[in-house]
Amino acid sequence: MRITLEDVEYRYSVNTPFEHLALHDVNMTIEPGTYTAVIGHTGSGKSTLLQHLNVLLRPTKGRVIIGERTIRAQKKKEKNLKSIRQKVGIVFQFPEHQLFEETVEKDICFGPMNFGVPEAKAKELARIALKQVGLEQEILKKSPFDLSGGQMRRVAIAGVIAMEPDVLVLDEPTAGLDPRGRKEIMDMFYQLHKDRGISTILVTHSMEDAARYADDIIIMHKGTVYQKGKPEEIFSKPDQLLELGLDVPDTVRFQLMLQREMGIRFARPSLSLEDLVADIKEAMERGNRL
Amino acid sequence: MMDKMIFGRYVPADSAIHKMDPRAKLMLVFLFVCTIFLANNVVTYGLVAIFTIGLIILSKIPPRFLYNGLKPVFLLIVFTFLLHILFTKEGEVIFEFGILNIYEGGLKQGAFISLRFTFLILVTSLLTLTTTPISITDGMEELLNPFKKWKLPIHELALMMSISLRFIPTLMEETDKIMKAQAARGVDFTSGPLKDRVKSIVPLLVPLFVSSFKRAEELATAMESRGYRGGEGRTKYRQLSWNTRDNLLMAALVVLAVLLFLLRS
Ligand SMILES: Nc1ncnc2c1ncn2[C@@H]1O[C@H](COP(=O)(O)OP(=O)(O)O)[C@@H](O)[C@H]1O
Ligand SMILES: [Mg+2]
Repeated sequence: MRITLEDVEYRYSVNTPFEHLALHDVNMTIEPGTYTAVIGHTGSGKSTLLQHLNVLLRPTKGRVIIGERTIRAQKKKEKNLKSIRQKVGIVFQFPEHQLFEETVEKDICFGPMNFGVPEAKAKELARIALKQVGLEQEILKKSPFDLSGGQMRRVAIAGVIAMEPDVLVLDEPTAGLDPRGRKEIMDMFYQLHKDRGISTILVTHSMEDAARYADDIIIMHKGTVYQKGKPEEIFSKPDQLLELGLDVPDTVRFQLMLQREMGIRFARPSLSLEDLVADIKEAMERGNRL
Repeated sequence: MMDKMIFGRYVPADSAIHKMDPRAKLMLVFLFVCTIFLANNVVTYGLVAIFTIGLIILSKIPPRFLYNGLKPVFLLIVFTFLLHILFTKEGEVIFEFGILNIYEGGLKQGAFISLRFTFLILVTSLLTLTTTPISITDGMEELLNPFKKWKLPIHELALMMSISLRFIPTLMEETDKIMKAQAARGVDFTSGPLKDRVKSIVPLLVPLFVSSFKRAEELATAMESRGYRGGEGRTKYRQLSWNTRDNLLMAALVVLAVLLFLLRS
């Protein structure tokens, strides 16, 4: 499903002293089956942007086109948002805060059953989703509040995956997890993206994750799209990122250091450790002439 | 979804009302609430209206914002008005509509009571809009200090109040976040049959309770680890100061009270 934003503006608390312009002049298209990373400083409007993708927020100007549906800024109440929300699943920051059922199973079934999936099928989806997020089937009957923080996070994520969305929107899904859990969860999302062709939109502060997984990167700055492009393009201009207070992947930082200290020049930014090794080798063999 | 609510919210601004001593503001509101019951005719209500509007202007709070935030309460006011119109049968009939008779007394009574209600709400909202929760509590504690002699737990009450006030916006924010998270999982909070909407309260309330308890526990730990042990011997960082401005506003209220007393019928 394609999602397009046209001249989107969003203001919080319109007509109050707290009125705040959080987004303006946002134009972008998320093509079906792509993996997009959204990076930007805290307060740059990333979370506000994400909430437009399934109409939790409606633009105060401009429009959002989600598949066949066009959401405009008018006051008129939109009907039948459920079908959009089923197709566009959102994993919020700290999703474990949304758990509420007596058992893990019921909580994971909650989403699918809200969208009209019969109970037996929902339970089946719950089992599959739980396996996907790397948890044992035994905990299905446990209370979600008896689990560890990391397990709760995974259960909450399973609750969204079980809705079988076409588009998965992730708002810093690994914030506060340990490095291993972080990698496992990011790999899991990537696998889902590959296996089921789910379009994925990831908000992250980790430039490594953005470089490793994304097809496209969008930089948000002060409420609007500052730049978008392929990871190679974005990370080939490291100065610009650093100026915005953002970072570059460790591998790119290493390249910059080699360039500065040893005069080695590279043809492209290395987006993973494997690439870095290959690129250094190539640069050495080339005899450092570009 | 909740960003229009104004109760318990502080709007920073540089105004005479903002700068008042919280003790003066609290006394002013308390006395105003008593005074307004003296009003019983057009002239006296007019004076109260002038006083209220004066306060609003002095506070520099945009009237449109007050109006928007108080909309839910205005519904209640309109309802009271209608009740009085329909059920008070005094004075002459001024309007006949089938079996429906509207009496002069009812109209007057309804208008006066709705106005009184409106003024009360406006002035008390002004208090919370122009005073940080901390100052309200400080003022309250100072004003109630004499009662400590009788072993009333004034400091504890003040602390409870300041904590609740402090966490109202947090709770609102949390409510908004969880509503959105559950809406993303297919809960419909705003339309659909009543039965479903009542049911949709559960996925909202459970997470809110859980996080509130967690937060309370964390707060208790944080206070204890910073050596909090009650009000005994505790000094104050923020000192209150009562100025000419406060005297003037108190005087204005006294004038209002005297005028109401003389002009009421
Ligand atoms: N519920 C809200 N009410 C008012 N302002 C908000 C609200 N949520 C976010 N904002 C403001 O909108 C801006 C963008 O916020 P957000 O989208 O959360 O940024 P990010 O996710 O990039 O950190 C920030 O300045 C923030 O303070
Ligand atoms: Mg955010």
